[in-house]
Amino acid sequence: MIPLDVTLEHKRYAGRTADTLTGLEFRLGAGDFVAIVGPSGAGKTTLLKIIAGLDRNYEGRISVAPETRIGFVFQEPRLLPWLSVEDNLRLVQPDLDDKTLLDALARVGLGGSAKTFPLRLSGGMQRRVSLLRAFLIRPELLLLDEPFISLDMPTAESLYDLLQDLRRDIQPTTLLVTHDLREALALADRILFVSRAPAQVILDHAVDLPRPRRRDDAVIARAQAELLEQHPELLAGLRGSSPSGSVLAEPIA
Amino acid sequence: MTPAQGPTLPAAVVRLGSLLLALAAWQLLAAHLDDPLLPSPFAVVLRLIHDLRDGDLLFHLSRTLLRVAAAFAISMLVGVAIGLWMGRSRTANLALDSLLVLMLNLPALVTAILCFIWIGLNETAAVLAVALNKIPTTITNIREGARALDAQLLQVGEVYRLSSARRLRYLVLPQIYPYIMASARSGLALIWKIVLVIELLGRSDGIGFKLGIFFQFFDLTSVLAYTAAFAAVVLTIEALVLRPLDRRLNGWRA
Repeated sequence: MIPLDVTLEHKRYAGRTADTLTGLEFRLGAGDFVAIVGPSGAGKTTLLKIIAGLDRNYEGRISVAPETRIGFVFQEPRLLPWLSVEDNLRLVQPDLDDKTLLDALARVGLGGSAKTFPLRLSGGMQRRVSLLRAFLIRPELLLLDEPFISLDMPTAESLYDLLQDLRRDIQPTTLLVTHDLREALALADRILFVSRAPAQVILDHAVDLPRPRRRDDAVIARAQAELLEQHPELLAGLRGSSPSGSVLAEPIA
Repeated sequence: MTPAQGPTLPAAVVRLGSLLLALAAWQLLAAHLDDPLLPSPFAVVLRLIHDLRDGDLLFHLSRTLLRVAAAFAISMLVGVAIGLWMGRSRTANLALDSLLVLMLNLPALVTAILCFIWIGLNETAAVLAVALNKIPTTITNIREGARALDAQLLQVGEVYRLSSARRLRYLVLPQIYPYIMASARSGLALIWKIVLVIELLGRSDGIGFKLGIFFQFFDLTSVLAYTAAFAAVVLTIEALVLRPLDRRLNGWRA
Protein backbone atom coordinates (compact mmCIF):
# COMPACT_ATOMS: atom_id res chain seq x y z
CA MET A 1 0.00 0.00 0.00
CA ILE A 2 1.26 3.39 -0.92
CA PRO A 3 -0.34 6.82 -0.94
CA LEU A 4 -0.95 8.28 -4.39
CA ASP A 5 -0.45 11.96 -5.20
CA VAL A 6 -1.55 13.18 -8.58
CA THR A 7 -0.89 16.68 -9.88
CA LEU A 8 -1.58 16.90 -13.59
CA GLU A 9 -1.01 20.30 -15.10
CA HIS A 10 -1.54 19.50 -18.75
CA LYS A 11 -2.18 16.50 -20.92
CA ARG A 12 -2.79 17.05 -24.59
CA TYR A 13 -2.72 14.45 -27.32
CA ALA A 14 -0.62 15.24 -30.36
CA GLY A 15 -2.63 16.88 -33.09
CA ARG A 16 -5.35 18.18 -30.75
CA THR A 17 -6.12 21.79 -30.00
CA ALA A 18 -7.57 21.28 -26.49
CA ASP A 19 -6.19 19.65 -23.35
CA THR A 20 -7.62 16.28 -22.34
CA LEU A 21 -6.64 16.98 -18.72
CA THR A 22 -5.89 20.34 -17.11
CA GLY A 23 -5.14 21.09 -13.47
CA LEU A 24 -6.34 17.76 -12.11
CA GLU A 25 -5.19 17.24 -8.54
CA PHE A 26 -6.03 14.70 -5.89
CA ARG A 27 -4.52 12.47 -3.24
CA LEU A 28 -5.28 8.94 -2.07
CA GLY A 29 -4.14 7.70 1.34
CA ALA A 30 -2.45 4.29 1.58
CA GLY A 31 -5.06 1.55 1.20
CA ASP A 32 -7.89 3.92 0.20
CA PHE A 33 -10.55 2.84 -2.27
CA VAL A 34 -11.46 5.87 -4.37
CA ALA A 35 -13.77 6.02 -7.36
CA ILE A 36 -13.49 8.61 -10.09
CA VAL A 37 -16.87 9.28 -11.64
CA GLY A 38 -17.38 11.36 -14.71
CA PRO A 39 -18.91 11.38 -18.16
CA SER A 40 -17.48 9.27 -20.97
CA GLY A 41 -14.72 11.11 -22.75
CA ALA A 42 -13.65 13.06 -19.66
CA GLY A 43 -10.14 11.62 -19.93
CA LYS A 44 -10.50 9.07 -17.16
CA THR A 45 -8.77 6.30 -19.10
CA THR A 46 -6.00 8.72 -20.02
CA LEU A 47 -5.58 9.53 -16.33
CA LEU A 48 -5.16 5.85 -15.40
CA LYS A 49 -2.66 5.32 -18.22
CA ILE A 50 -0.60 8.24 -16.98
CA ILE A 51 -0.64 6.94 -13.39
CA ALA A 52 0.36 3.46 -14.60
CA GLY A 53 3.26 4.87 -16.61
CA LEU A 54 1.77 3.81 -19.96
CA ASP A 55 1.65 7.43 -21.11
CA ARG A 56 4.62 9.63 -20.21
CA ASN A 57 3.69 12.53 -22.41
CA TYR A 58 2.22 14.99 -19.88
CA GLU A 59 3.13 17.86 -17.57
CA GLY A 60 2.72 17.18 -13.89
CA ARG A 61 3.77 14.93 -11.05
CA ILE A 62 2.66 11.42 -10.15
CA SER A 63 3.99 9.95 -6.89
CA VAL A 64 4.41 6.42 -8.22
CA ALA A 65 7.93 5.01 -7.99
CA PRO A 66 9.06 3.01 -11.05
CA GLU A 67 9.27 -0.24 -9.05
CA THR A 68 5.76 0.06 -7.59
CA ARG A 69 3.70 -3.08 -8.19
CA ILE A 70 0.66 -1.94 -10.12
CA GLY A 71 -2.35 -4.12 -10.83
CA PHE A 72 -4.30 -2.82 -13.81
CA VAL A 73 -7.71 -4.15 -14.78
CA PHE A 74 -8.64 -2.86 -18.21
CA GLN A 75 -12.08 -2.28 -19.73
CA GLU A 76 -11.65 -5.47 -21.72
CA PRO A 77 -10.11 -8.50 -19.99
CA ARG A 78 -7.01 -8.32 -22.23
CA LEU A 79 -5.92 -11.91 -21.65
CA LEU A 80 -3.45 -13.42 -24.10
CA PRO A 81 -5.66 -15.68 -26.21
CA TRP A 82 -2.82 -18.10 -27.07
CA LEU A 83 -2.02 -18.82 -23.42
CA SER A 84 -4.17 -20.94 -21.10
CA VAL A 85 -5.70 -19.29 -18.05
CA GLU A 86 -2.90 -20.75 -15.97
CA ASP A 87 -0.18 -19.46 -18.29
CA ASN A 88 -1.79 -16.04 -18.45
CA LEU A 89 -1.43 -15.82 -14.69
CA ARG A 90 2.10 -17.21 -14.63
CA LEU A 91 3.05 -14.66 -17.25
CA VAL A 92 2.81 -11.82 -14.71
CA GLN A 93 3.95 -13.93 -11.73
CA PRO A 94 6.45 -16.54 -12.99
CA ASP A 95 7.45 -17.92 -9.58
CA LEU A 96 3.90 -18.96 -8.72
CA ASP A 97 3.74 -22.48 -7.26
CA ASP A 98 1.00 -24.86 -8.41
CA LYS A 99 -0.88 -24.92 -5.14
CA THR A 100 -1.13 -21.14 -4.80
CA LEU A 101 -2.28 -20.91 -8.40
CA LEU A 102 -4.95 -23.59 -8.10
CA ASP A 103 -6.17 -22.21 -4.77
CA ALA A 104 -6.44 -18.75 -6.28
CA LEU A 105 -8.36 -20.08 -9.29
CA ALA A 106 -10.71 -22.04 -7.03
CA ARG A 107 -11.28 -18.94 -4.94
CA VAL A 108 -12.45 -16.92 -7.94
CA GLY A 109 -14.67 -19.78 -9.07
CA LEU A 110 -12.44 -21.01 -11.91
CA GLY A 111 -11.20 -24.22 -10.30
CA GLY A 112 -11.64 -26.33 -13.42
CA SER A 113 -10.40 -23.79 -15.95
CA ALA A 114 -6.62 -23.70 -15.41
CA LYS A 115 -5.87 -25.30 -18.78
CA THR A 116 -8.64 -23.56 -20.72
CA PHE A 117 -7.89 -20.96 -23.37
CA PRO A 118 -9.49 -17.56 -22.63
CA LEU A 119 -11.64 -17.45 -25.77
CA ARG A 120 -13.50 -20.54 -24.55
CA LEU A 121 -14.55 -18.74 -21.34
CA SER A 122 -17.57 -16.49 -20.91
CA GLY A 123 -17.03 -12.73 -20.66
CA GLY A 124 -17.65 -12.80 -16.92
CA MET A 125 -15.12 -15.59 -16.41
CA GLN A 126 -12.50 -13.78 -18.49
CA ARG A 127 -12.96 -10.75 -16.26
CA ARG A 128 -12.44 -12.92 -13.19
CA VAL A 129 -9.12 -14.05 -14.61
CA SER A 130 -8.21 -10.47 -15.42
CA LEU A 131 -9.06 -9.40 -11.86
CA LEU A 132 -7.12 -12.31 -10.40
CA ARG A 133 -4.12 -11.47 -12.58
CA ALA A 134 -4.04 -7.98 -11.08
CA PHE A 135 -4.07 -9.36 -7.53
CA LEU A 136 -1.55 -12.15 -8.05
CA ILE A 137 1.31 -9.67 -8.24
CA ARG A 138 0.26 -8.42 -4.76
CA PRO A 139 -0.28 -4.89 -6.04
CA GLU A 140 0.51 -1.83 -3.95
CA LEU A 141 -1.64 0.20 -6.32
CA LEU A 142 -4.71 -1.15 -8.09
CA LEU A 143 -6.13 0.70 -11.10
CA LEU A 144 -9.54 -0.32 -12.43
CA ASP A 145 -10.68 1.13 -15.74
CA GLU A 146 -14.45 0.49 -15.89
CA PRO A 147 -13.89 -3.26 -15.65
CA PHE A 148 -17.55 -4.01 -14.98
CA ILE A 149 -19.23 -2.27 -17.90
CA SER A 150 -21.41 -4.21 -20.33
CA LEU A 151 -21.97 -7.06 -17.87
CA ASP A 152 -25.36 -8.24 -16.73
CA MET A 153 -26.22 -7.34 -13.16
CA PRO A 154 -25.69 -10.74 -11.46
CA THR A 155 -22.29 -11.08 -13.14
CA ALA A 156 -21.29 -7.56 -12.16
CA GLU A 157 -22.47 -8.17 -8.58
CA SER A 158 -20.42 -11.32 -8.30
CA LEU A 159 -17.37 -9.44 -9.58
CA TYR A 160 -17.95 -6.66 -7.01
CA ASP A 161 -17.91 -9.34 -4.31
CA LEU A 162 -14.78 -10.87 -5.74
CA LEU A 163 -13.00 -7.51 -5.90
CA GLN A 164 -13.81 -6.74 -2.28
CA ASP A 165 -12.86 -10.22 -1.18
CA LEU A 166 -9.47 -10.04 -2.93
CA ARG A 167 -8.84 -6.52 -1.63
CA ARG A 168 -9.26 -7.65 1.97
CA ASP A 169 -5.94 -9.58 2.06
CA ILE A 170 -3.68 -7.21 0.19
CA GLN A 171 -5.35 -3.83 0.78
CA PRO A 172 -3.97 -2.10 -2.30
CA THR A 173 -4.55 1.60 -2.73
CA THR A 174 -7.34 1.45 -5.29
CA LEU A 175 -8.54 3.84 -7.96
CA LEU A 176 -11.70 2.83 -9.82
CA VAL A 177 -12.80 4.76 -12.87
CA THR A 178 -16.47 4.46 -13.77
CA HIS A 179 -19.42 6.40 -15.09
CA ASP A 180 -21.82 4.33 -12.98
CA LEU A 181 -22.52 6.31 -9.80
CA ARG A 182 -24.23 3.40 -8.07
CA GLU A 183 -21.25 1.16 -8.68
CA ALA A 184 -19.01 3.82 -7.17
CA LEU A 185 -21.29 4.20 -4.14
CA ALA A 186 -21.38 0.45 -3.62
CA LEU A 187 -17.61 -0.02 -3.75
CA ALA A 188 -15.65 3.10 -2.82
CA ASP A 189 -14.82 4.96 0.39
CA ARG A 190 -14.64 8.21 -1.49
CA ILE A 191 -15.82 9.51 -4.84
CA LEU A 192 -14.17 12.18 -6.94
CA PHE A 193 -16.53 13.64 -9.49
CA VAL A 194 -14.79 15.00 -12.55
CA SER A 195 -16.07 17.33 -15.24
CA ARG A 196 -16.06 16.80 -18.97
CA ALA A 197 -12.71 17.15 -20.70
CA PRO A 198 -10.48 18.77 -19.68
CA ALA A 199 -11.31 16.81 -16.52
CA GLN A 200 -11.17 18.62 -13.18
CA VAL A 201 -12.35 17.46 -9.77
CA ILE A 202 -15.68 19.18 -9.21
CA LEU A 203 -16.69 17.35 -6.03
CA ASP A 204 -14.83 15.24 -3.47
CA HIS A 205 -17.44 13.14 -1.69
CA ALA A 206 -16.83 10.73 1.21
CA VAL A 207 -19.13 7.70 1.14
CA ASP A 208 -20.31 7.05 4.71
CA LEU A 209 -22.55 4.10 4.09
CA PRO A 210 -22.39 0.91 6.14
CA ARG A 211 -20.81 -2.17 4.55
CA PRO A 212 -21.52 -4.62 3.09
CA ARG A 213 -23.32 -2.63 0.43
CA ARG A 214 -24.96 -3.87 -2.72
CA ARG A 215 -25.46 -1.84 -5.83
CA ASP A 216 -29.22 -2.37 -5.72
CA ASP A 217 -29.68 -1.53 -2.02
CA ALA A 218 -32.27 1.12 -1.27
CA VAL A 219 -29.59 2.93 0.71
CA ILE A 220 -27.46 3.29 -2.43
CA ALA A 221 -30.39 4.49 -4.47
CA ARG A 222 -31.15 7.09 -1.80
CA ALA A 223 -27.55 8.26 -1.65
CA GLN A 224 -27.51 8.59 -5.42
CA ALA A 225 -30.72 10.62 -5.45
CA GLU A 226 -29.45 12.90 -2.69
CA LEU A 227 -26.19 13.53 -4.47
CA LEU A 228 -27.88 14.39 -7.72
CA GLU A 229 -30.29 16.69 -5.91
CA GLN A 230 -27.57 18.54 -4.00
CA HIS A 231 -25.35 18.90 -7.02
CA PRO A 232 -27.50 19.33 -10.09
CA GLU A 233 -24.37 20.16 -12.09
CA LEU A 234 -23.43 16.49 -11.76
CA LEU A 235 -26.62 15.47 -13.49
CA ALA A 236 -25.21 15.71 -16.99
CA GLY A 237 -23.78 12.28 -17.64
CA LEU A 238 -24.52 10.42 -14.44
CA ARG A 239 -28.14 9.35 -14.42
CA GLY A 240 -27.62 5.67 -15.06
CA SER A 241 -28.08 5.83 -18.80
CA SER A 242 -25.95 8.70 -19.98
CA PRO A 243 -27.43 10.96 -22.65
CA SER A 244 -25.40 9.99 -25.67
CA GLY A 245 -25.67 13.49 -27.14
CA SER A 246 -23.47 14.92 -24.43
CA VAL A 247 -20.86 12.20 -24.57
CA LEU A 248 -17.59 13.20 -26.12
CA ALA A 249 -15.56 10.65 -27.98
CA GLU A 250 -12.79 9.12 -25.89
CA PRO A 251 -9.49 10.29 -27.43
CA ILE A 252 -7.79 6.92 -27.27
CA ALA A 253 -9.36 3.81 -25.89
CA MET B 1 -15.15 -24.55 -46.89
CA THR B 2 -16.60 -27.84 -48.00
CA PRO B 3 -19.00 -27.70 -50.92
CA ALA B 4 -22.63 -27.39 -49.94
CA GLN B 5 -23.76 -30.62 -51.55
CA GLY B 6 -22.40 -34.03 -52.54
CA PRO B 7 -20.27 -36.35 -50.42
CA THR B 8 -16.88 -34.96 -49.35
CA LEU B 9 -13.84 -37.07 -50.15
CA PRO B 10 -11.22 -37.52 -47.44
CA ALA B 11 -8.45 -34.92 -47.77
CA ALA B 12 -5.77 -37.58 -48.32
CA VAL B 13 -7.71 -39.10 -51.22
CA VAL B 14 -8.03 -35.74 -52.94
CA ARG B 15 -4.35 -34.87 -52.40
CA LEU B 16 -3.11 -38.23 -53.66
CA GLY B 17 -5.73 -38.57 -56.40
CA SER B 18 -4.79 -35.35 -58.17
CA LEU B 19 -1.13 -36.35 -58.06
CA LEU B 20 -1.84 -39.80 -59.53
CA LEU B 21 -4.00 -38.29 -62.23
CA ALA B 22 -1.20 -35.95 -63.32
CA LEU B 23 1.24 -38.89 -63.36
CA ALA B 24 -1.12 -40.98 -65.50
CA ALA B 25 -1.48 -38.15 -68.02
CA TRP B 26 2.30 -37.81 -68.21
CA GLN B 27 2.74 -41.56 -68.69
CA LEU B 28 0.20 -41.60 -71.53
CA LEU B 29 1.76 -38.63 -73.28
CA ALA B 30 5.28 -40.09 -72.99
CA ALA B 31 4.14 -43.47 -74.33
CA HIS B 32 2.41 -41.75 -77.22
CA LEU B 33 5.40 -39.55 -78.21
CA ASP B 34 8.05 -42.17 -77.50
CA ASP B 35 10.84 -39.57 -77.53
CA PRO B 36 13.98 -39.61 -75.28
CA LEU B 37 13.35 -35.92 -74.61
CA LEU B 38 10.17 -36.82 -72.71
CA PRO B 39 10.96 -39.80 -70.50
CA SER B 40 7.97 -41.54 -68.95
CA PRO B 41 7.41 -41.35 -65.18
CA PHE B 42 8.09 -45.07 -65.07
CA ALA B 43 11.55 -44.55 -66.57
CA VAL B 44 12.17 -41.71 -64.13
CA VAL B 45 11.25 -43.89 -61.14
CA LEU B 46 13.54 -46.67 -62.39
CA ARG B 47 16.39 -44.17 -62.73
CA LEU B 48 15.61 -42.77 -59.28
CA ILE B 49 15.82 -46.23 -57.73
CA HIS B 50 19.02 -46.94 -59.59
CA ASP B 51 20.64 -43.65 -58.56
CA LEU B 52 19.56 -44.14 -54.98
CA ARG B 53 21.04 -47.64 -54.82
CA ASP B 54 24.14 -47.39 -56.94
CA GLY B 55 24.61 -43.71 -57.73
CA ASP B 56 25.59 -40.71 -55.67
CA LEU B 57 22.13 -39.13 -55.51
CA LEU B 58 21.97 -39.34 -51.73
CA PHE B 59 25.33 -37.62 -51.39
CA HIS B 60 24.35 -34.73 -53.65
CA LEU B 61 20.88 -34.53 -52.14
CA SER B 62 22.33 -34.23 -48.65
CA ARG B 63 24.78 -31.52 -49.74
CA THR B 64 21.92 -29.52 -51.22
CA LEU B 65 19.70 -30.08 -48.19
CA LEU B 66 22.44 -28.86 -45.85
CA ARG B 67 22.79 -25.68 -47.87
CA VAL B 68 19.02 -25.21 -47.94
CA ALA B 69 18.83 -25.73 -44.16
CA ALA B 70 21.65 -23.30 -43.43
CA ALA B 71 20.33 -20.60 -45.77
CA PHE B 72 16.80 -21.11 -44.44
CA ALA B 73 17.86 -20.80 -40.79
CA ILE B 74 19.96 -17.71 -41.44
CA SER B 75 17.36 -15.94 -43.52
CA MET B 76 14.53 -16.65 -41.06
CA LEU B 77 16.54 -15.49 -38.03
CA VAL B 78 17.89 -12.36 -39.67
CA GLY B 79 14.64 -11.64 -41.52
CA VAL B 80 12.47 -11.94 -38.39
CA ALA B 81 14.85 -9.82 -36.32
CA ILE B 82 15.14 -7.00 -38.86
CA GLY B 83 11.45 -7.27 -39.81
CA LEU B 84 10.40 -6.82 -36.16
CA TRP B 85 12.78 -3.92 -35.77
CA MET B 86 11.54 -2.16 -38.91
CA GLY B 87 7.93 -2.80 -37.98
CA ARG B 88 8.28 -1.32 -34.51
CA SER B 89 10.73 1.53 -35.06
CA ARG B 90 9.89 4.36 -37.42
CA THR B 91 13.52 5.42 -37.61
CA ALA B 92 14.74 1.94 -38.46
CA ASN B 93 12.10 1.66 -41.14
CA LEU B 94 13.00 5.02 -42.69
CA ALA B 95 16.69 4.18 -42.63
CA LEU B 96 16.41 0.70 -44.13
CA ASP B 97 13.41 0.91 -46.43
CA SER B 98 15.20 1.98 -49.63
CA LEU B 99 17.91 -0.60 -49.05
CA LEU B 100 15.18 -3.23 -48.59
CA VAL B 101 13.52 -2.33 -51.89
CA LEU B 102 16.91 -2.52 -53.60
CA MET B 103 17.64 -5.95 -52.11
CA LEU B 104 14.16 -7.22 -53.03
CA ASN B 105 14.85 -6.43 -56.66
CA LEU B 106 18.43 -7.65 -56.84
CA PRO B 107 18.51 -10.69 -59.16
CA ALA B 108 19.70 -13.95 -57.56
CA LEU B 109 22.35 -14.25 -60.24
CA VAL B 110 23.88 -10.91 -59.25
CA THR B 111 24.11 -11.75 -55.54
CA ALA B 112 25.59 -15.13 -56.47
CA ILE B 113 28.27 -13.64 -58.71
CA LEU B 114 29.14 -10.93 -56.19
CA CYS B 115 29.36 -13.40 -53.29
CA PHE B 116 31.53 -15.86 -55.22
CA ILE B 117 33.88 -13.13 -56.43
CA TRP B 118 34.15 -11.25 -53.15
CA ILE B 119 34.17 -14.21 -50.75
CA GLY B 120 35.48 -16.97 -52.98
CA LEU B 121 34.13 -20.17 -54.45
CA ASN B 122 33.29 -21.67 -51.08
CA GLU B 123 30.42 -22.82 -48.88
CA THR B 124 30.12 -19.50 -47.00
CA ALA B 125 29.65 -17.60 -50.22
CA ALA B 126 27.08 -20.09 -51.51
CA VAL B 127 24.93 -20.06 -48.36
CA LEU B 128 25.23 -16.30 -47.99
CA ALA B 129 24.19 -15.72 -51.60
CA VAL B 130 21.05 -17.79 -51.05
CA ALA B 131 20.22 -16.17 -47.72
CA LEU B 132 20.60 -12.69 -49.20
CA ASN B 133 17.87 -13.54 -51.68
CA LYS B 134 15.42 -14.71 -49.03
CA ILE B 135 16.08 -12.20 -46.23
CA PRO B 136 14.37 -9.21 -47.92
CA THR B 137 11.10 -11.07 -48.52
CA THR B 138 11.10 -12.37 -44.94
CA ILE B 139 11.68 -8.84 -43.65
CA THR B 140 8.78 -7.53 -45.72
CA ASN B 141 6.42 -10.22 -44.38
CA ILE B 142 7.43 -9.90 -40.74
CA ARG B 143 7.35 -6.11 -40.87
CA GLU B 144 3.66 -6.29 -41.79
CA GLY B 145 3.06 -8.55 -38.80
CA ALA B 146 5.02 -6.30 -36.46
CA ARG B 147 3.00 -3.28 -37.55
CA ALA B 148 -0.24 -5.10 -36.78
CA LEU B 149 0.72 -5.98 -33.18
CA ASP B 150 -2.11 -5.48 -30.70
CA ALA B 151 -1.26 -2.30 -28.76
CA GLN B 152 -3.64 -3.27 -25.95
CA LEU B 153 -1.82 -6.51 -25.24
CA LEU B 154 1.54 -4.75 -25.39
CA GLN B 155 0.23 -2.42 -22.65
CA VAL B 156 -0.46 -5.48 -20.48
CA GLY B 157 3.21 -6.41 -20.85
CA GLU B 158 4.24 -2.90 -19.92
CA VAL B 159 1.99 -2.56 -16.86
CA TYR B 160 3.02 -5.95 -15.50
CA ARG B 161 6.70 -5.20 -16.23
CA LEU B 162 7.47 -8.25 -18.31
CA SER B 163 11.13 -8.57 -19.28
CA SER B 164 11.99 -7.99 -22.93
CA ALA B 165 12.61 -11.69 -23.41
CA ARG B 166 9.19 -12.64 -22.01
CA ARG B 167 7.47 -9.91 -24.03
CA LEU B 168 9.08 -11.22 -27.20
CA ARG B 169 8.22 -14.82 -26.44
CA TYR B 170 4.69 -14.52 -25.11
CA LEU B 171 3.36 -11.26 -26.53
CA VAL B 172 5.11 -10.56 -29.81
CA LEU B 173 6.05 -13.87 -31.42
CA PRO B 174 2.61 -15.50 -31.03
CA GLN B 175 1.13 -12.55 -32.90
CA ILE B 176 3.53 -12.88 -35.81
CA TYR B 177 3.49 -16.69 -36.04
CA PRO B 178 1.13 -16.60 -39.04
CA TYR B 179 3.55 -14.28 -40.82
CA ILE B 180 6.51 -16.46 -39.88
CA MET B 181 4.73 -19.59 -41.13
CA ALA B 182 3.81 -17.94 -44.43
CA SER B 183 7.37 -16.78 -44.80
CA ALA B 184 8.75 -20.23 -43.97
CA ARG B 185 6.56 -21.91 -46.58
CA SER B 186 7.35 -19.57 -49.43
CA GLY B 187 10.92 -19.39 -48.18
CA LEU B 188 11.57 -23.09 -48.45
CA ALA B 189 10.36 -23.06 -52.05
CA LEU B 190 12.36 -19.99 -53.02
CA ILE B 191 15.53 -21.12 -51.28
CA TRP B 192 15.77 -24.51 -52.90
CA LYS B 193 15.30 -22.99 -56.33
CA ILE B 194 18.09 -20.52 -55.73
CA VAL B 195 20.40 -23.09 -54.13
CA LEU B 196 20.39 -25.07 -57.37
CA VAL B 197 21.37 -22.03 -59.43
CA ILE B 198 24.20 -21.28 -57.04
CA GLU B 199 25.41 -24.87 -57.08
CA LEU B 200 25.37 -24.82 -60.86
CA LEU B 201 27.39 -21.64 -60.80
CA GLY B 202 30.02 -22.27 -58.19
CA ARG B 203 29.97 -25.64 -56.42
CA SER B 204 31.24 -29.07 -57.39
CA ASP B 205 28.58 -31.06 -55.56
CA GLY B 206 24.86 -30.84 -54.88
CA ILE B 207 21.82 -31.35 -57.06
CA GLY B 208 22.41 -28.12 -58.99
CA PHE B 209 25.91 -29.25 -59.93
CA LYS B 210 24.61 -32.65 -61.09
CA LEU B 211 21.79 -31.08 -63.10
CA GLY B 212 24.41 -29.03 -64.94
CA ILE B 213 26.17 -32.20 -65.99
CA PHE B 214 22.93 -33.94 -67.03
CA PHE B 215 22.08 -30.86 -69.07
CA GLN B 216 25.31 -31.17 -71.02
CA PHE B 217 24.42 -34.78 -71.88
CA PHE B 218 20.75 -34.07 -72.56
CA ASP B 219 20.01 -36.70 -69.88
CA LEU B 220 16.44 -35.65 -69.06
CA THR B 221 15.61 -38.86 -67.21
CA SER B 222 18.28 -38.08 -64.62
CA VAL B 223 17.23 -34.42 -64.41
CA LEU B 224 13.68 -35.53 -63.59
CA ALA B 225 14.82 -38.26 -61.20
CA TYR B 226 16.88 -35.76 -59.17
CA THR B 227 14.03 -33.26 -59.22
CA ALA B 228 11.60 -35.91 -58.01
CA ALA B 229 13.91 -36.84 -55.15
CA PHE B 230 14.05 -33.28 -53.94
CA ALA B 231 10.34 -32.65 -54.44
CA ALA B 232 9.64 -35.70 -52.27
CA VAL B 233 11.78 -34.24 -49.50
CA VAL B 234 10.01 -30.87 -49.66
CA LEU B 235 6.56 -32.50 -49.57
CA THR B 236 7.66 -34.56 -46.57
CA ILE B 237 8.87 -31.47 -44.71
CA GLU B 238 5.57 -29.75 -45.45
CA ALA B 239 3.52 -32.70 -44.23
CA LEU B 240 5.62 -33.74 -41.23
CA VAL B 241 6.90 -30.39 -39.98
CA LEU B 242 5.06 -27.34 -41.25
CA ARG B 243 1.46 -28.58 -41.19
CA PRO B 244 1.63 -30.13 -37.67
CA LEU B 245 3.43 -27.00 -36.43
CA ASP B 246 0.67 -24.85 -37.87
CA ARG B 247 -1.98 -26.94 -36.13
CA ARG B 248 -0.15 -26.75 -32.81
CA LEU B 249 0.32 -22.99 -32.94
CA ASN B 250 -3.34 -22.42 -33.79
CA GLY B 251 -4.77 -24.67 -31.07
CA TRP B 252 -5.96 -21.74 -28.98
CA ARG B 253 -8.35 -20.38 -31.58
CA ALA B 254 -11.91 -21.00 -30.34
